[in-house]
Amino acid sequence: MTGVERIKALPYRIVTKLAGDAISLFARILTAPRAIWSGSDPLPGPRVYYSNHTSNADFVLIWTVLPPVLRGRTRPVAALDYWLASPLRAFAGRDVFRAVLIDRRPEARTEDPVGQMLTALDAGSALIIFPEGRRNTSDDALLPFKSGLFHLARQRPAVDLIPVWISNLNHVMPRGKVIPVPLICTVTFGAPIRIVPDEPKEIFLARAAAALADLGAAR
Amino acid sequence: MIGLAPALFGLGVVLFLAAILGQVLREAIAPDGSHPVIETMNARIAAWWAFAVLMALALLAGKAGVIALFVIVSFSALREFLTLTTKSVADHWTLAASFFLVLPAQYTFVAAGWTSLAALFVPVHVFLLLPVISALQGRPEQFLARVAETQWAVMISIYCVSSIPALLWLQIPGFEGHTLLLIGFLILVVQISDIAQYAISRGIGRRLIAPALSGSKTWEGTVGGVVVAVLAGGALSWLTPFTQLQAMGMSLVLALMGFFGDLVMAAIKRDKGTRDWGHLIAPHGGFLDRLDSVIFAAPIFYHLTRFFWVTP
Repeated sequence: MTGVERIKALPYRIVTKLAGDAISLFARILTAPRAIWSGSDPLPGPRVYYSNHTSNADFVLIWTVLPPVLRGRTRPVAALDYWLASPLRAFAGRDVFRAVLIDRRPEARTEDPVGQMLTALDAGSALIIFPEGRRNTSDDALLPFKSGLFHLARQRPAVDLIPVWISNLNHVMPRGKVIPVPLICTVTFGAPIRIVPDEPKEIFLARAAAALADLGAAR
Repeated sequence: MIGLAPALFGLGVVLFLAAILGQVLREAIAPDGSHPVIETMNARIAAWWAFAVLMALALLAGKAGVIALFVIVSFSALREFLTLTTKSVADHWTLAASFFLVLPAQYTFVAAGWTSLAALFVPVHVFLLLPVISALQGRPEQFLARVAETQWAVMISIYCVSSIPALLWLQIPGFEGHTLLLIGFLILVVQISDIAQYAISRGIGRRLIAPALSGSKTWEGTVGGVVVAVLAGGALSWLTPFTQLQAMGMSLVLALMGFFGDLVMAAIKRDKGTRDWGHLIAPHGGFLDRLDSVIFAAPIFYHLTRFFWVTP
């Protein structure tokens, strides 16, 4: 980008920054979130935060508790059909959070989802993904993991995969409710895991899910 | 009784002396900050200063500012309490109503000076109506635990906390415009009692009162702390419309209620398997951890003062 282009882009960046800060502030008032770094540290660079998924605001909470310098370089992976459904959501998803938007309909895809995530990682971003694939409204701690995490790990074996357990957010904003209830949420970042050479998919996914479930059980 | 300006000045002097005493003790005994009693005391004194500064800022906006300050305290306390209570998805609207209807309503009644409604609203109306919202969802599982714990959270975090700013609206003959000082008296006496109980328990305490609830509360510390609070209350009677003897009697009640609050809230935390209510005030845990004794003492202080000193 030339200097002139950067200056022209400045209002856009200010607006998206302010919108991001406003959303974070709102999340803080509602949930007073606390980050617990137990086994990993908030460092820049490509890495994958994978988390339990109980609410649409999950990634907002992870994003909020990250140090501000890391926020701009941390991109949630989210469903394109949800985030482009209205202009406001599109602004939040695409412009404020700079989400990596994945098309959930294989027949309509022009890009491979894992390829999109790899591109973002290779550009130096960290990713936030929810390997359960959809919101967990069951009584189980976690739903079975989809295979995306495995493909990411196999193609970028040197990237840290950090389990992140979000507690309580499902009580703040249960599915289908419009008014949130303020309750304290904690976000626990566990020790990173990596794939072992030749590790089979089922074994790896079970290991990743266990690492995440252990964080939840320890709370 | 003295004028408002000298009393506020005196309050400032007390805070200054406390801060200096804390620093001198730290320098003399454990400059590396390793002595738990001195560190606890200094953390408390720092919290008084923070509160005094916030109150001063709030008062720039008048009584409305003070109401706003305590709305924030109640909101934070309720958020901490309801995080730990038994609840289900069926309670969603009940919990939302506690935050967004009960809390503003209670503070509106306090600010409007509708003292009977402020005194009855949460214990009567909310007590009877709030469970209806949960019942209409038709989920009986753990129903009593859910509604009872929610009512407890509302009583502690909204009702009890709101009786602190309510002191400002008391009409005490000869004490008009001075009611702000009652808040200072309440907090200082209860907290001095807290610190003294803790220090004496650590120093000479042997017999634990309730070992399963708290490893630091002893009979020696409690009796000693109450005595210290009574003496401190007598020495601070110039903040109040009370005679010195009355101030000492009131301090006895405040110190005992503060102790009960500490004990009851410790039992709840133990039951819920947590050490602290929250984490917002860094070294102190949450708002409820720091205010548990004041929260129990405040409504009793308010009603005693209203009953005996306010002319109908």
